[in-house]
Amino acid sequence: MSFIQKNLLVFELLANWVKLKCDSKFLICMKIEGYNASEHYDEMFTNVGEIRPHYEEFYQSLKKIPIRKMNHLQFSANQTQRAMGMTFNVYHDNQGLEKILHLDIVPRIIPNDEWLKLEAGLKQRTYALNLFLQDVYNDRKILKDGIVPEELILGSKDYLKPCIGLTPPKGIWCHITGTDLIKNKDGDYYILEDNLRCPSGVSYMLESREIIKRAYPNIFNQKGIRPVSDYPAKLLRMLQHLSNKSKPVVGVLTPGIYNSAYYEHSYLALQMGVELVNGVDLIVEDKKVYMQTTKGLEQIDVLYRRIDDAFLDPLTFRPDSMLGIPGIFEAYKAGNVALANAPGTGVADDKAVYAYVPKIIKYYLGEEPILNNVPTYLCREEKDRKYVLDHIEELVVKETNAAGGYGMLIGPKATKEEHAKFRELIKSNPTNYIAQPTLSLSTVPSLTEEGISGRHVDLRPYILYGNEIEVIPGALTRVALKKGSLVVNSSQGGGSKDTWVLYN
Amino acid sequence: MLSRVASHIYWLGRYLERAENYARFIDVNFNLMQDLPVDLKEQWQPLVAATGDWELFQTLYSDYGKNQILYFLAFDSENPNSMLSSIMKSRENARIIRENLSKETWEKVNELYYMMLEGKDKKIWKKADPRYFFERIKNQILLIYGIADNSVARVEGWYFRQLGQFLERADKTSRILDVKYHILLPSGQDVGTPLDFLHWMALLKSVTGFNTYRRVYGTIDPSNVVEFLVLNKYFPRSIYYCLKEAEYCLHHISGNLDGGFKNPAEKSVGELRSRLEFAEVSDIIGFGLHEYLDNLQIKLNNLSDLIDSTYFRLRDNFISQTNDQ
Repeated sequence: MSFIQKNLLVFELLANWVKLKCDSKFLICMKIEGYNASEHYDEMFTNVGEIRPHYEEFYQSLKKIPIRKMNHLQFSANQTQRAMGMTFNVYHDNQGLEKILHLDIVPRIIPNDEWLKLEAGLKQRTYALNLFLQDVYNDRKILKDGIVPEELILGSKDYLKPCIGLTPPKGIWCHITGTDLIKNKDGDYYILEDNLRCPSGVSYMLESREIIKRAYPNIFNQKGIRPVSDYPAKLLRMLQHLSNKSKPVVGVLTPGIYNSAYYEHSYLALQMGVELVNGVDLIVEDKKVYMQTTKGLEQIDVLYRRIDDAFLDPLTFRPDSMLGIPGIFEAYKAGNVALANAPGTGVADDKAVYAYVPKIIKYYLGEEPILNNVPTYLCREEKDRKYVLDHIEELVVKETNAAGGYGMLIGPKATKEEHAKFRELIKSNPTNYIAQPTLSLSTVPSLTEEGISGRHVDLRPYILYGNEIEVIPGALTRVALKKGSLVVNSSQGGGSKDTWVLYN
Repeated sequence: MLSRVASHIYWLGRYLERAENYARFIDVNFNLMQDLPVDLKEQWQPLVAATGDWELFQTLYSDYGKNQILYFLAFDSENPNSMLSSIMKSRENARIIRENLSKETWEKVNELYYMMLEGKDKKIWKKADPRYFFERIKNQILLIYGIADNSVARVEGWYFRQLGQFLERADKTSRILDVKYHILLPSGQDVGTPLDFLHWMALLKSVTGFNTYRRVYGTIDPSNVVEFLVLNKYFPRSIYYCLKEAEYCLHHISGNLDGGFKNPAEKSVGELRSRLEFAEVSDIIGFGLHEYLDNLQIKLNNLSDLIDSTYFRLRDNFISQTNDQ
């Protein structure tokens, strides 16, 4: 029996098992399961169980697909991902750690009016944060005016002293942003994190779309879904914009094959038709950066770097970095190479700075923020801290500098011991923690072992800042696959969904 | 092309060819064993000896039986040259440079790897006749070559992969020939007997060369077989042919199309190729076949080192920077 045949057999068994568990042949029977609209917002159904208008057409098609077919679609999607090697967590010679990010085949749909507001809000925010970065590394007006506490910025480990007095090419700091949002039970979007450093996941947005297109070819023709496939072309145009040369040489700089996002680095290089380089491939001479090729040295002008600031240059930052390129920071300062994103952006996506973003927007743009911030209690401030310690069982506590859902306490779901542990942590190092009210993440119907059932999601759209700011009409929707779970991170059992932004 | 990328492409070519040839080794031995008289013990050790990993085998195992040896050659990750190890490494190389490969090539290499894992799961080495499995692996690799042949532009990357492939093949053809040296006949008097001829035939079949050989030489004769596999100008698995191809690749990489040499690797491959071009089979037999092949393998290793220092070696960017300042 061939490899494929074997898998098909496994699929048949699985499909039959799912069928046994389902009362009817069709999915529609499962629609109410897992939904309690009073607790959270569902993207497909209203709280009285009616279909939201932008899901109507898809719902009508979905109704006609038997569960068996649905499971088959899901199975093929998984197979395609594995064949393409769309994996994360890649470790050498150990296939056990090489996982695919589960792609749920029920899409998340966003109506046009909702998107337009998101788009305007994200542009506004990106524009303001970029001005903020330019300011804190140069004139520091916002600190002098007391809008943001000076010690919060200048004392941050992400405030890079070598960047002081520096203006990156074209004055752009955050070229690629992947903002995390959620929709609360009030039906409104809230920004969770700005992710101004090296946001990943965009390859999933692109590849998932290709897979889902194959799964629902007819729906795609009728529905009017805005395309995302030109992202690599836009990314390349943005990167080229950073150089004054007419034909700049662009590269993607990766930490290498052991990085969990290596697949994405390689994918983006392939899609843009540029070199994927490692630190060892590059060498700096006379403050210029060169690639070592079989024909000798070739200068490189723009790097989309997927290496953290600290590892970029062992001569400027961490001396023990084996991934970086000695001397590259000097070349950057001399204007001989552009780096996207610019080193130093991390200081603006600290979870404590996050609390000040509405003020930052008002300060630079004189506008009210279009998108909501989650109310944030800064444990560094006494009044806030007291509130957090008293109400910890209602709050989500986060470390200011941790990513990926680590160093986090979800108050309502945690035990008494965990509450006590975090109270101690906060008291011993208050500046390291912030707290926010528990938000209820919206749900989207998802294909699960028990049929179609609601699962919590977040939303990560991608924003490019080149000649102008552009929000890509699509996103990575991350979904918490475990029933009731609010943790959507891929490292902790999250999956993804294709995200459809409608033309109208 | 980035030096590092060129190196990964070269090794991708080498590891794929290595895995394919191991599948051929195993096949040739199965054919040989089937022709042995019942009172003669099966001989699997010569196979390991020919791959050059006999010492490693002895440190790992004390059982010299068929199953153990098959496991060692095909599925053992402790053996850096086993088919599984080679396929894993070719996949790692392919993954690193995936942006330089066509989607189909990558997907087939990926699939090959999962086929090997599946074989390990199923304990193929314990099957009475596992040849169908090795045939499938061989065909999957040939498919990858076929895809490349019809979709890869004939620019630098293509030549680096071909270079790796043909150097590996030259080495492996010499080793397949050497299997015959290691296989013991029941006694010295059996040289030239039907049994001896059967061995030579099995060997030719393993390199898909039996019919071509028949057409060129007619009868089976050891010195003709040696001539065919070492010196033949047209058979794509003969050592001479492989060197000629490798030389062609090197010249296309450097753009040196007027003969002579531009770098030490070109000089070395040119010398080696011309030595075979003007050799006669009697020279080889006179020198001693085994010794001749051994010598050749050493020269091929030297050539690979020269390719590495000419094209793949990276300057340490830290040293260069600190010297500058």
